[in-house]
Amino acid sequence: MGLHDKVTDWATDFDHTDEEWAADPYPIWDELRATCPIAHTERYGGVWLPTRAEDVAEIAYDTERFTSRSVVVSKFRPPMELAPQGIAPPISSDPPFHKGARRLLLPAFAPQAVAKYEESTRAYCHELIDAMGDAAVVDAAEGYAQFIPVRVIANMLGLPESDGDRFRGFVHHVLEGVDKSMEERAAGMMELFGYLEEQIEDHRANPRDDLITYLLQSELDGEPVDGFHVARTIGLLLIAGIDTTWSAIGASIWHLAGHGDDLARLVAEPELLPMAIEEFLRAYAPVTMARLVREDMDFKGCPMKADDFVLLSFPAANRDPDAVERPNEVIIDREVNRHSAFGLGIHRCAGSHLARLEMRVALEVWLERFPRFELADPDGVRWSGGQVRGPRELPLRILGS
Amino acid sequence: MRVRVDDDRCEGHGRCYAVAPELFEPDEIGNGVAVGDGTVPAGMERAARLAAENCPEQAVIIEEDA
Ligand code: HEM
Ligand code: SF4
Repeated sequence: MGLHDKVTDWATDFDHTDEEWAADPYPIWDELRATCPIAHTERYGGVWLPTRAEDVAEIAYDTERFTSRSVVVSKFRPPMELAPQGIAPPISSDPPFHKGARRLLLPAFAPQAVAKYEESTRAYCHELIDAMGDAAVVDAAEGYAQFIPVRVIANMLGLPESDGDRFRGFVHHVLEGVDKSMEERAAGMMELFGYLEEQIEDHRANPRDDLITYLLQSELDGEPVDGFHVARTIGLLLIAGIDTTWSAIGASIWHLAGHGDDLARLVAEPELLPMAIEEFLRAYAPVTMARLVREDMDFKGCPMKADDFVLLSFPAANRDPDAVERPNEVIIDREVNRHSAFGLGIHRCAGSHLARLEMRVALEVWLERFPRFELADPDGVRWSGGQVRGPRELPLRILGS
Repeated sequence: MRVRVDDDRCEGHGRCYAVAPELFEPDEIGNGVAVGDGTVPAGMERAARLAAENCPEQAVIIEEDA
């Protein structure tokens, strides 16, 4: 069986990169949750898929039996020697190493620390919309959502603005390159890390007020953090911070394009936006992480083998009727919303406060400039599948107010 | 009524201080802490319960009769 043969049985042969999943995964998960709450596939060397909130939480909390050595499902398993740091600390690290690597990032990503990026983010969002001119149809994913997190993280790290296009090229290559050959991907990575190393050297020689300098001046276990760790952590911030936030902004705008009542309400009552954002995060949670099973074991009746992957489906957990009332309804003023779009436990998204800020500013500016819009071509909307799901093409018709 | 945050469970999702900023604030790494000694002013009980119900880690603790 090939990696990407069409799925016919989701309970025993699922593939999270299947087109049907990308287009609309919710009915698949609802069906599995009711009939086979921990599904399995032989693809990718063996993967399990829990869809109940209770099981997803239990696995996220159990760092003993489930390791983060790889959080992205593929045919390959990173070598055991990489544990406990893994290839991109802290996301690939297990306790006890994880704590220090994560602690390094947290102060820079606390809500009061990220607030200083609000103004520049807002100005940039306006610039993107200015560039659309008077076009009647615009693409909110390709022309808006995708650019915002790239600019914000570049500012935060302290990469020169004049390198913007170059830098976007690298990131694009890494993110969109999943279908390229291993050699091509490796070459792309080398180029990105080469660029980052130059930047790190430059920051070492000319310290300034930005995240690269901050990381270079930090200590881990009483030792200065080495350039290698800094480069890998920056690499993680790029991978973890960009297509995730792009997806979350895009999915929110997509929802509003198809729900004129919610759109009108948010335009009339902008103070609801933070609550609506939590609801969009819950209902359209973009990120599914993975774990590797540490040793052969029985988990709730499933014979899990060492090095099987387990998909940690936060998006499916957020739609579990045992955990959420009326889970398939998007209620923009939902008061009780205990969602896990940013994960659960020790790996809670370190960038969640920045991501929320980006979503709020991006949506505030969009609604201010375009108070009325609709899908220009519902069949023209294309969603990415796999572990980060969001609209990649989102043509909208802008309506007069 | 009094509120506090269970340090061992809190992972810094920040839902408590978003939902009830009068009762919770972030520390320097973004974890939630109760404002002052955690006493809930009269009329803020509902906000306190909502903060607890929105915490993904169930780290907000409410002492009803404190
Ligand atoms: C809406 C946008 C985002 C979503 C939905 C999201 C989701 C997640 C999730 C579910 C995890 C948990 C990983 C796990 O359990 O293995 C995570 C981890 C992480 N995210 Fe995000 N993320 C977003 C944006 C960002 C941004 C903007 C950044 C930084 C620039 C970022 C940086 C990180 C880091 C560093 C980790 C690893 C934390 C650790 O392992 O301790 N994320 N994210
Ligand atoms: S909502 Fe919960 S996990 Fe998040 S900061 Fe508050 S107490 Fe901590």
